[in-house]
Amino acid sequence: MDAVTEKTTDMNGFNLHVIETNKFKTNTIVWRMKAPLTKEDVTKRALLPYVLQSSSAKYPQTTTLRSYLDELYGAMLFVDLAKKGEYHIMSFTIEIANEKFLSNPSPLLKKGFELLTEILTKPNVRGNAFDKETIENEKRTLKSRIQSVFDDKMRYSNVRLLEEMCKGEAYAIQVNGEAADVDVITPENLYDYYQKAFLEDEMDLYVIGDVKEEEVKKFVLELLPFENRSPKTVVNQEMRKKEEVNEVKEQQDVKQGKLNMGYRTNIVYGDEDYFALQVFNGIFGGFSHSKLFINVREKASLAYYAASRLESHKGLMMVMSGIDLKNYNQAVGIIHEQMEAMKNGDFTDQELAQTKAVIQNQILETIDTARGLTEILYHNVVAHTEIKLNTWLTEMQKITKDEIVAVAKKIHLDTIYFLTGTEAAK
Amino acid sequence: MEKITFDQLQEELYHEKMSNGLNVYILPKKGFNKTFATFTTKYGSVDNTFVPLGKNEYVKVPDGIAHFLEHKLFEKEEGDVFQQFSRQGASANAFTSFTRTAYLFSSTSDIEKNLETLIDFVQEPYFSEKTVEKEKGIIGQEITMYDDNPDWRLYFGLIQNLYQNHPVKIDIAGTIESISHITKDWLYECYNSFYHPSNMLLFIVGPVDPESFMNQVRENQAKKDYKDMPEIRRQFKQEPAKAAEKKQVLQMNVQTSKCLVGIKALHVDQSGNEMLKNELTMNVLLDLLFGKSSENYNQLYNEGLVDETFSYDYSQEFGFGFAMIGGDTKDPDLLAERLEKMLIATKSGNAFTQDQLERAKKKKIGAFLRSINSPEYIANQFTRYAFNEMNLFDVVPTLENISLHDVQSLAEEVISEERFSVCQIIPKK
Repeated sequence: MDAVTEKTTDMNGFNLHVIETNKFKTNTIVWRMKAPLTKEDVTKRALLPYVLQSSSAKYPQTTTLRSYLDELYGAMLFVDLAKKGEYHIMSFTIEIANEKFLSNPSPLLKKGFELLTEILTKPNVRGNAFDKETIENEKRTLKSRIQSVFDDKMRYSNVRLLEEMCKGEAYAIQVNGEAADVDVITPENLYDYYQKAFLEDEMDLYVIGDVKEEEVKKFVLELLPFENRSPKTVVNQEMRKKEEVNEVKEQQDVKQGKLNMGYRTNIVYGDEDYFALQVFNGIFGGFSHSKLFINVREKASLAYYAASRLESHKGLMMVMSGIDLKNYNQAVGIIHEQMEAMKNGDFTDQELAQTKAVIQNQILETIDTARGLTEILYHNVVAHTEIKLNTWLTEMQKITKDEIVAVAKKIHLDTIYFLTGTEAAK
Repeated sequence: MEKITFDQLQEELYHEKMSNGLNVYILPKKGFNKTFATFTTKYGSVDNTFVPLGKNEYVKVPDGIAHFLEHKLFEKEEGDVFQQFSRQGASANAFTSFTRTAYLFSSTSDIEKNLETLIDFVQEPYFSEKTVEKEKGIIGQEITMYDDNPDWRLYFGLIQNLYQNHPVKIDIAGTIESISHITKDWLYECYNSFYHPSNMLLFIVGPVDPESFMNQVRENQAKKDYKDMPEIRRQFKQEPAKAAEKKQVLQMNVQTSKCLVGIKALHVDQSGNEMLKNELTMNVLLDLLFGKSSENYNQLYNEGLVDETFSYDYSQEFGFGFAMIGGDTKDPDLLAERLEKMLIATKSGNAFTQDQLERAKKKKIGAFLRSINSPEYIANQFTRYAFNEMNLFDVVPTLENISLHDVQSLAEEVISEERFSVCQIIPKK
C-alpha cells in the first residue's frame, strides 16, 4: 500500500495536487510559487506575500480581513518564504476547520478557496499600484525581519556560513533579501513584479484533507485561472572545489561559540546516490545515535547540540554545534575524525540498520502533518522528478555500506565558520 | 478500562488507573502512521522544597535538579537509552517544565517494544558519580546557549520581575554554579520522592488497539513492586499579590530592542473547572485586546511600534501564573506605556461587544480543532490538564459558556497596575 496517494492534475497555469485523507480535523490549502533565486528579485519576493496577506480589495483593512478569518472558526492564513536549491519559493497557506466537527455545520472549504483567490488575485490596488500605506508598513516589517537574524545567533551563524561558503553563487542570497533593496521598492514597481510573478513563476496548489478531488477541481477551475507558462529552471552552478578549506572566525559579544561547518556533497535530490547520502547523514550527524552526537556531546561533553543536516537541492551538508570558546580546536578535530571514519567505512551494521529504521520513522511521521507532507511532495517539483514516497522508502532500505563509503568520498569540506566571543581573542 | 466518547470530535479515550496508582490514557488515532507516548511525572523546577520520601524534614535541593535528573535518567549501566530507542526505529526525547517532567517517544513501528522501553527506563534509574560529572559539561552548554538567547532572557527576566519568592523565578536548568552541587545522592532523593506511579501519567496516542496496550501496561506494572506512597509534601513561601519589580532593562548583543509587559495572575489556587474557565476567559480577553483583528494591534502595527514578532500568552499553574504581551519594537518605553494604557482602558466597562466575543470564541474553537490534529499536543496538554484536575476535552463546551460578563469582570479584577511589570532588552552600548 502506498503511504500517500497524491493526485496531480495540470490546471490552467499551475499543477493541482490533491491528497484525500480523513485523519485531520482541518483542511489545508497551500499555494506555492517558485522562481530562480536572483539578487534583483529576491527582496520584492520577500515583500510580496506579506503585502498580499495583509489586505485585499474586499477587505482593505487588516482588521476586517482578520475578523473574517476569526469568523471562519479561526481559519489560519499565513505566508512564508523558502530557499530550495537556487530557487526562491513563496507559500500561502490556509488551514480551515472541517465543519463536520463543529456544532454549526455550514460548509467552510469553499470559503477557504474563495479567500485564497481573493488574496492572490484581488489585491488592494489603486490603478497600477498597491495601497501605499500597506507597502510602507510591510517594508518596515521586512526590514526588521532582515535585521532580527543578527539577534538569533544560531541562525545568524548558519546564514554567515552560507554567505562565506557560496560567495558568488546564487545560493548565498538570503531568503528575505537585503535591507538596502527594500528602500527602492514602491507601490508601483511591486505591483509590476506581482504581475510578472503570476505570469512566470512555477505554481502549485496542494489540497490536503477530507476533500474530493472532483469537487476541488471544480472550485479551482472557476476561481484560479492563469496563463500557461514554461517555468524557468536553473542549473546548479558549478561547485568549485576550493584548494584549501576556508576558515572564518568572527568575534562578537557572545558567551557560547557557534561552530558551523559547510560541506559540498556533490549529490542532489534525484541523483541515484541521493538515498545513500541520506543514510550517510543519518549515521554521521542527523540523529541522537549519530557519530556527532555521541562523540562531541556524549563522550567529550563539549556541547549540548552537535548535528548535521542536508540541503537536498543545492548539494550541501551543514554541521552545527554550540561550544565553549576555548574548545574550538578539539571540537573541529573530533568532527574531522568522524568524517574520516565515514570515509573508511568505520561504522557497524547496527549503526546502518538503526539509521534506516529511524529515517523510515522520520519520513512516516512527517507525513502525519499536512505541512510535512507538502514539504516532502514538493521535492519533486523543485527537482522535476517523479519519485514516489514508497520508492524513497524501499530504495533507502537497500543502501549498502559500500554505497555509503562511496558517498562519503564525494563529500568535501568547504568552509568552517566560527562565531566566537570577545574573550577568546585575548 | 473505561471508555469515554466525544461525539462531536469523533474521538474515543480509554482510561484505567493501575493498582499502584498510575493513570493510563489511550487515544486511538486512525489513519496516522505515528504513535506518540508520554510518561510524565508531576514534578518540575518549582518543586525545590519538599519532604523527601521516608524523612520528616523539608529540604531545599539545588536549582536545576529536576532538569538534570531528566537528562540522567536516559543513562543506564549498559549504555544510553537513546540508542535503544533508535535501534527500535523510534525517536525519543524529554522535557522539564516548571511543574512537569515528561519522557516521550514517537514511532511508526515496534510500538510494543518502544512502550516497554519507555516505561522501564523511567522506572529503573541508574545514577553514578562519574556520569553525573560528565553531564555538567553538557548542561553547562545548554545553559550558555540560553544565556545568549534574547527571547529567553526577556521571558525569564519578566518572570523574575513578577515573582518575589516563588521558585518559578528560578531558571529551569539552574546555573552552572547551582548544578555543580548536584550529586548522585541528590538525584536518587528527588527520584524516590516524585517518580512513584501514583504521581505519574502515561498517555498513548496513535493507530493502536487500546485493549492490548492497556493490557501490556497492566502486566508491566504488575511485575514491579511499588509500595503505597504517602502524599508528597511540597513547600512554597508566601507570595505577595503584586509584582515584585516594576521594570528591568537588560543590555545584550542585539540590534533590535524587545519589550514584554506582564500581569501577575490572580486565583492561582484554582484547579478543575474553575481553573479551566479562568484560563480560557483570560485567553479570550487577550485575544479581544491584542489579536490580529483587534483595533489595538492594528494601531500599534501601523505606528511601527510592533512587528510580526508581537505575541501574547497566558499561563497558569498551581501557585503561579502570568500574562505576557509584547515583542520586538523600536521604542520599548513607548510600547510598554501604550500596552499598559490599553489594558487599563478595558476596566471602564463595555470594552467589547457581543459580536466580538462570538468571533473570539469561534477562533478559539477552530484553534482547538487544529491542535487535535497533533498527537504531541493531545498527549502533552491532556497531561497538563489532568495534573490540574481539568479535562482537555472540556475546552470547547467551557468556551461556549463564556459570557461578556465573565470577560468584563475578569478584566476588572485582574488588570491592575500593581500587578504589571515590564522587561526590556536593548542593544548594548
